[in-house]
Amino acid sequence: MATTRILEGLGRFYIVLLLGFLYLPIIIMAAMSFNASPFYQLPFEWTTDWYQSLWQNDQLIAATWNSIEIAVITTLISTVLGSMASLALYRYEFRGKKVLQALLFPPIAIPWLITGTAMLIFFFGVGIGRGFIAILLGHVALALPYVIVVVSARLQTFAPELEEAARSLGANQWQVTMRVTLPWIMPGVIAGGLFAFAVSFDQFVVSYFLSTPGQTTLPVEIYAAIRKGFTPEINAVSTIIIVVSMALMLLTARFFKFGGEK
Amino acid sequence: MADQLAIGSRRGLKPALPLLLPAYLWLTVAIFLPLSAMVFFSFMTDLPLAGKEWSFTLGNYAVFFSQSLYSTLLFASLRLGLEVTLWCIVIGYPAAYVLAKVLKGRSREAIFLLVILPFWSNGLVRIFSWAMVLREGGILDTALNAVLPFKINIDLMYSYPAVIIGLVHSYVPYMVLTCYLTLQAIDDSLIEAGRSLGASRRQVLWRVIIPLSMPGLIAGAALIFVPVVGSFMEPRILGGRTGTFYGTVIEDQFVAVFNWPLGAALSFILLAVVLIILALAAPVLRRAG
Repeated sequence: MATTRILEGLGRFYIVLLLGFLYLPIIIMAAMSFNASPFYQLPFEWTTDWYQSLWQNDQLIAATWNSIEIAVITTLISTVLGSMASLALYRYEFRGKKVLQALLFPPIAIPWLITGTAMLIFFFGVGIGRGFIAILLGHVALALPYVIVVVSARLQTFAPELEEAARSLGANQWQVTMRVTLPWIMPGVIAGGLFAFAVSFDQFVVSYFLSTPGQTTLPVEIYAAIRKGFTPEINAVSTIIIVVSMALMLLTARFFKFGGEK
Repeated sequence: MADQLAIGSRRGLKPALPLLLPAYLWLTVAIFLPLSAMVFFSFMTDLPLAGKEWSFTLGNYAVFFSQSLYSTLLFASLRLGLEVTLWCIVIGYPAAYVLAKVLKGRSREAIFLLVILPFWSNGLVRIFSWAMVLREGGILDTALNAVLPFKINIDLMYSYPAVIIGLVHSYVPYMVLTCYLTLQAIDDSLIEAGRSLGASRRQVLWRVIIPLSMPGLIAGAALIFVPVVGSFMEPRILGGRTGTFYGTVIEDQFVAVFNWPLGAALSFILLAVVLIILALAAPVLRRAG
């Protein structure tokens, strides 16, 4: 038993090392955003100047508003459309259902580089071009499969007898959906919506190909800034982004247990 | 009363259509038509825009096959994908094992969430955070020089190892997730049975645990390999001049050189490679479903 205990101890230690590997760079980046030296020189001197100078950076602020606006609209559209589709896939049996479910896979599995450049070509060809509408079209398409998968998972726990009972008590289709089914799947819908927001807010590759200098998103703006050379200002805005997206995922985890019990 | 035979699931596409159409129309306009357009476009000489002459050609594909640069870069990207995937297995699998078989209860739940959390935060920002660590005079350099009695210069920034480190950091949670799910499903009594029948720890690992967790390993490998082969932002930021890969060349065609038809052809070749890999992994993925 002694060997078992030693091995288990080593295992725990290994997990700590892995967490260090995952979080250390992020923590260092965040720490550097509070360091006074513009060239990341040590010793460390506390300052919030970089966060204050973010407020004067009109370009970053405009990109941030764009990002939030796009993420909110993406969330609304993909949650509604995705929940509708999940409901249909759950309720009805028809030929080609398997195909429709399989079609959700490409947007998730194909590298964004390919999807992004393909969108650029197509939107240019049909006259939509680049900009706000193009980015929105792309983001909703990327978020939809996630919403459908999450809401469908929640629907698996739904007892269809409840719908039958409501119908036999005289409720029509619309009432059954709104009063019985929707309240039950709400945690899934909320988790799906949070996923959609995260997919859109963190999306870089597709936005990168579809943005124009006037119409961009925060990650695209950050990428441009990184390629020009690093400043603690980028650290500051990156720190804000990472805190927001991690908080968002913790919130999602409350509504939807990843791979755990339903 | 026919629909009571299968409670909850009713027959017919017609009543399902109004619910399905909006979502699938959207996917068609924003994913499937663009992918088709890309294929079509890769056989053109120029953009079919107003006033421009264009015709069909195989020239864009001929460029790929005649100039060794592109196949060399595709090969380099495939190698990058393979290396990152292997590192993710080496680092991620033991962690998944500890999570699934050593840790219990609330601490398992909390640590699982901690491992998965960075994965869902901004990928670009996480890659950038490595620049803080890896550059000369950065944290790694400073820390090592403070500890070591002799002076060394660690300047990993803008190198191949930097790209590997950044990508492994980005994708290792995937491997932990998929392996954890399959490892968790292995009944502990199987491991005990093997042990009580006289198998050593190593034999149990190779003959019982690893074969049973294969679906998780393959699912994780496919989910990591595919995006890494198509990566361009990570090599750009961490690789600098050494960071030229197949993905960065595609990016160039669209944002710098503006040779879209060639970019479309290169993208389509990448798509073909990706689809072949996914098709090979699909049977295993479906079983792991």
